[in-house]
Amino acid sequence: MNPSNYLYLSAVLFAIGALGVLVRRNAIVVFMCVELMLNACNLAFVSFSRVHGNLDGQVIAFFVMVVAASEVVVGLAIIMTIFRTRRSASVDEANLLKY
Amino acid sequence: MSATLAVVGSFEIPTIEYAALAPIMIVMGAAVLAVLVEAFVPQRFRRVTQLVITFASLVGAFAMVVKAGGTSQIVAMGSVAIDGPTLFMQGSILVLAALAALVMAERQVDPSGDSFAPRASALPGSADEQAFTRLGWLQTEIWPLFLFCVGGMLLFPASTDLLTMFVALEVLSLPLYVMVGLARRRRLLSQEAALKYFVLGAFSSAFFLYGTALLYGFAGTVSLTGIANALSASAADSGLVVTGVALLAVGLLFKVGAAPFHQWTPDVYQGSPTSVTGFMAACTKVAAFGALMRVLYVALGGISWDWRPVMYVISALTMIVGTLFALTQTDIKRMLAYSSVAQAGFMLVGVVATSAAGLQGTMVYLLAYGIATVGAFAILTLVRDSTGEASHLSQWAGLGRRSPWVASAFALFLLAFAGIPLTSGFTGKFAVFTAGVAGGATSVVVIGVVASAVAAFFYVRVIVLMFFTEPSAEGGPSVVVPSAFTKSAITISVALTLVIGVLPQLVLNLVGQAGVFVR
Repeated sequence: MNPSNYLYLSAVLFAIGALGVLVRRNAIVVFMCVELMLNACNLAFVSFSRVHGNLDGQVIAFFVMVVAASEVVVGLAIIMTIFRTRRSASVDEANLLKY
Repeated sequence: MSATLAVVGSFEIPTIEYAALAPIMIVMGAAVLAVLVEAFVPQRFRRVTQLVITFASLVGAFAMVVKAGGTSQIVAMGSVAIDGPTLFMQGSILVLAALAALVMAERQVDPSGDSFAPRASALPGSADEQAFTRLGWLQTEIWPLFLFCVGGMLLFPASTDLLTMFVALEVLSLPLYVMVGLARRRRLLSQEAALKYFVLGAFSSAFFLYGTALLYGFAGTVSLTGIANALSASAADSGLVVTGVALLAVGLLFKVGAAPFHQWTPDVYQGSPTSVTGFMAACTKVAAFGALMRVLYVALGGISWDWRPVMYVISALTMIVGTLFALTQTDIKRMLAYSSVAQAGFMLVGVVATSAAGLQGTMVYLLAYGIATVGAFAILTLVRDSTGEASHLSQWAGLGRRSPWVASAFALFLLAFAGIPLTSGFTGKFAVFTAGVAGGATSVVVIGVVASAVAAFFYVRVIVLMFFTEPSAEGGPSVVVPSAFTKSAITISVALTLVIGVLPQLVLNLVGQAGVFVR
């Protein structure tokens, strides 16, 4: 199978994730969209690794997974504190800081 | 299916140059140690232990940076470059972090303890939180976070492959997201700032990563020199390169705080605890500019004709946006945030010069700006009323009459931001603007000079407010007398601002010796 199809898929996933961050209102969903973007990067790394025939891309994917996991830890903690304070995880309601 | 993966025949043991990596390793090791201290040392000894670990590791790392002076090599299997610019920036980060740590260690300014929430998990305004405050609980968890952050900052400008750079970016960002949300007072604002910083930061690092993936697809490697070689070998401009560089730049320019990726700056600077604001404004900027310049100069130096026009526009836009928005602010913290956006624009003038002089000018500017920033935010923590820090502009009216020393120090930092001669800011601005003209970026320099003139207006407005305006009738905020920690931070900042302004040759010689990036 042609590896470039996987690259198109990864670009589509990245775009869906980026669009989701911009249009969704729930902080958890926004965060899931960021994770989707990171996984799209992983798919691109692994596909390019196949194209070039070296292992760098696959190793990088493991690093990205670790970073994504630690981002989940910090991100969910921050979203949880906001949710407990405001009883809402909507990013629209976090609007005290402006102008 | 014809592509076959290279079979790894024998395992090659990596060589790690521990001596060259010592500054990073000392700070990272101290961070791990500080986590263990939180777990095992009794509460009443924790603060002293954490402070000893923090300052000892910063001083130790700085000593190793000084000892490594003059080396120029790529270590850790081609992942980390220890060269002149790296060492200068690591030294700057360590000095600025130590100054910021002095402000964070302050426990005399806030009547209920320090400036951090006693328990970040307690709901703002809840009975739990009031009980913690009444019992005088204080937390020291800020120190391991701080050290991890500094460790990431030391690695970020030194990394010579995009993977190491990404990991360093996350190591410096993740603790910062948490530190931003830990303010003792105005906790809703603090938590909101943490949320915004986290969501936007994670978003931008995903862009950085996809840019890395595309450049890997183009070059087959993520090392900066490998990408440079692939670029010089290929004749035609590849779509992968253009898209990859653009996405990579989004991630880096976000950290730098350049327009149009600066929107997080005012909110995050205003919401976070002021001592943390000073730390991240100064140190993150040094680290992020170091990484940005290394990517642009080492990996993309060969295609500078393609990215320079875009960076011209971004630099000009950053100066204009930062200056204009700073003019309209009524909150000093927010005004300094927009001013830091404008300062990022001035530094980008040095970056677009694409010369050794531009690199060195930017490094001088970063150090000068960082010192004045830490000092200015340290003074912000001292001006307080009953609800906490009084950061509204009108509350500062007549401050110079009641507390001439504090107001004079703040005025000095503002003059340094404005780039008035005999302050460090002038040295920095002069260095980047001359490099910009020599590098052919005259139009951007003209915009920069006009923007600095406009920026001088809102800096001087605060000085006029402090010294030549009657204080409001109902008393207003008072200036708290801090302990030796904040006092020494402010004193050192004032001294360094004056020294770099009056004797610029000291620091100019230092960056002159630093030379250029190793390839």
